[in-house]
Amino acid sequence: MIFSITPIPASLSEFFWFNTPDGGEVASLLSTTLWMVLGIFVIFTIYMIFSAFSWVIHKLFIDGRNKANGYTSLKTVTFGDESAVEANRFASVASVVAIFFFWGLATGSSLLGPIQLPAPFLGKTSFEYTAINSYGDTDKGTVNLLVHTFDDKPILEKASNIATGFARDSAIKVRERRTALLSAKKIGAKETDGFKIIEINGLPIKPNQIVNFGNGEVLLTSKGSMQIRPYDGMTMEALYLPAPEDVWKSFLKLNKEGYTNVGLWENVFWSLIRVVLGFTLGCLFGIPLGFAMGLSNWFRGWFDPIVEFMRPVPPLALIPLIIIWFGIGEQGKISLLFLAALWIMTIAARAGVSGVNISKVHAAYSLGASKRQLLMKVILPNSLPEIFTGARVAMGVCWGTVVAAELVAAEKGAGKMIIAASKFQLTDIVIIGIIIIGIIGFAIEVLMRKAENRLIPWKGRG
Amino acid sequence: MSGLNINNVSMTFELPNGGSVEALKNINLSVQKGELVSVLGPSGCGKTTLLNILAGFLAPTDGIIELNGEIVKKPSSERGMVFQQGALFEWMNVSKNIGFGPKMKGTPQVEIDAKVTELLGIVGLQDFADKMIYEMSGGMQQRVALARCLANDPDVILMDEPLGALDALTREKMQSLVLDIWKKTGKTIILITHSVEEALLLGERLIVMAPRPGRIHKEYKLPFAELGVGADLREVKRHKKFGTTRDEILNMIWNMEEEIMGRAES
Repeated sequence: MIFSITPIPASLSEFFWFNTPDGGEVASLLSTTLWMVLGIFVIFTIYMIFSAFSWVIHKLFIDGRNKANGYTSLKTVTFGDESAVEANRFASVASVVAIFFFWGLATGSSLLGPIQLPAPFLGKTSFEYTAINSYGDTDKGTVNLLVHTFDDKPILEKASNIATGFARDSAIKVRERRTALLSAKKIGAKETDGFKIIEINGLPIKPNQIVNFGNGEVLLTSKGSMQIRPYDGMTMEALYLPAPEDVWKSFLKLNKEGYTNVGLWENVFWSLIRVVLGFTLGCLFGIPLGFAMGLSNWFRGWFDPIVEFMRPVPPLALIPLIIIWFGIGEQGKISLLFLAALWIMTIAARAGVSGVNISKVHAAYSLGASKRQLLMKVILPNSLPEIFTGARVAMGVCWGTVVAAELVAAEKGAGKMIIAASKFQLTDIVIIGIIIIGIIGFAIEVLMRKAENRLIPWKGRG
Repeated sequence: MSGLNINNVSMTFELPNGGSVEALKNINLSVQKGELVSVLGPSGCGKTTLLNILAGFLAPTDGIIELNGEIVKKPSSERGMVFQQGALFEWMNVSKNIGFGPKMKGTPQVEIDAKVTELLGIVGLQDFADKMIYEMSGGMQQRVALARCLANDPDVILMDEPLGALDALTREKMQSLVLDIWKKTGKTIILITHSVEEALLLGERLIVMAPRPGRIHKEYKLPFAELGVGADLREVKRHKKFGTTRDEILNMIWNMEEEIMGRAES
């Protein structure tokens, strides 16, 4: 009897269904990457030029004044001696100032006073165009342009239209950094045949050509209409990056009024409380699990496959599954953070046990300790440094994960705030959220390190 | 039967490649209560393995060890151990380290405190009771290790190169301390060392071991430990017999190592 089994695939490509990428896709991927390399290089170079500039200032005015003293200052070999390298605080401050400087420069911030990149044109301007009709007659008309800001909604004055020929005067309003289309039909008198624009401010123009009129430029479309683009300056639009002072104002407002009826610190509090709960759960189970794996063959064998498998799975990859299982409520998020912390703490505790000097274990047994006493009095304190290192990593991962989880689904939280704001293009709130998330992540790290120094003074001195 | 008896102890390690190493072969030794025995030998002669078996950390593949008539099977507070270094508990201060053994037994704190104070005096650390281990020098750390071992009042003290990591001057002081403690407490001490001078100074009996297989090569009865108690150890070292014995043992070990290398090269 012949069993029908799944036929063996003729080739690998039949088994692994995989569309071979065509050359174009790969080429575009590579060229994008190359352009990025160039872009990163340019940005980095500008930043380093600024750094060099600051360095010169530092050398000229500050370096000589307070002569360094102490042992390190007497070392002649510093290049290669890592312990002799200290962060130059002037450089740190200058670097942060530089970032704010570029931020202000790019957004046309008023904080920089006279140092400004050209701003987009605002206000009234006009240009003259020359048109021709099918009889070869030419006529001139004027276009009055009113360029206004994003928030402004000015009332447009009608064109006076004193022109008598077939080229009418026209008035149009346009938002800064935007374009306006003035169709040929609208400006040409209805009865005109073969209406064609041939000059802008006396400069000849043909379809698909661009002519500058001083405060902007005109593109003649292939259909003969004018696409008018007022000068858009070199600064960035607030939609992409608001100026620092605007972000600060938004922060004050956000601090006072919150966003979508949730206070700023309420959002932060919810994110933090989730991290604390998830992390605590992770420690509560992870540390005993790690100890069990470090102390017993059976438990090491039993948990090894799952720990080794789960360790490289990024917690973010679990979000979809967690949402399917637990929905978007708190349980899902706490579970996710628990899983994020669990494996890190397990591995840290296991490493802690394996890091115990065997002499200490032998000594404790020779001094009459029982297994339980050995665990509590020797192994636990001895593995605290590793556990603390793990806890620091786990807190960092949890903080990253909670923000990501809130981006996907939450009612309150720092991540929820920025994703909701991004949907309404409230870039200022998004930036405030990112800065606060960064500061809190940094604060967590600093606090953990302080706690470590306090609780484990013997670390690294065993 | 009192004292420590090592009866026909052998230890064979299986190697992963299928071979085996005879770390110890048919070791027989009796140590009387209160004896100070030093064990000397080239590296690889199995002296640390022997000590680990005595402490109960390893089970011999053959033979038994008896202490006061009882067979040694696992570590116990009857057999205290002093390690080379790294065996102190850094998260405890000096007093807590010394009081660790009695504390594990549930001795009342008042008694522990009295014992710790007494031992701090014996090892000369009266003023360091509250210091943390990492704040102390290597020599002081070994004083703590000695005191911690003594706090349990063990029948036998096993020392695994306790002074090996110390500088020469500190080492000399510690050698005097070991002799003092031996005389004051009357403990049985088995000391492993690879310093010939130390073995001569601290060994009432000196066992020279030979490698491949690890075995007892020669035994000496020496007067220097008795002479050294409370005396200047440099004076003892000038003793004529000290010099001749030292040369004899050095030659012995030299030849053993030559033999090993010769075998390895051929």
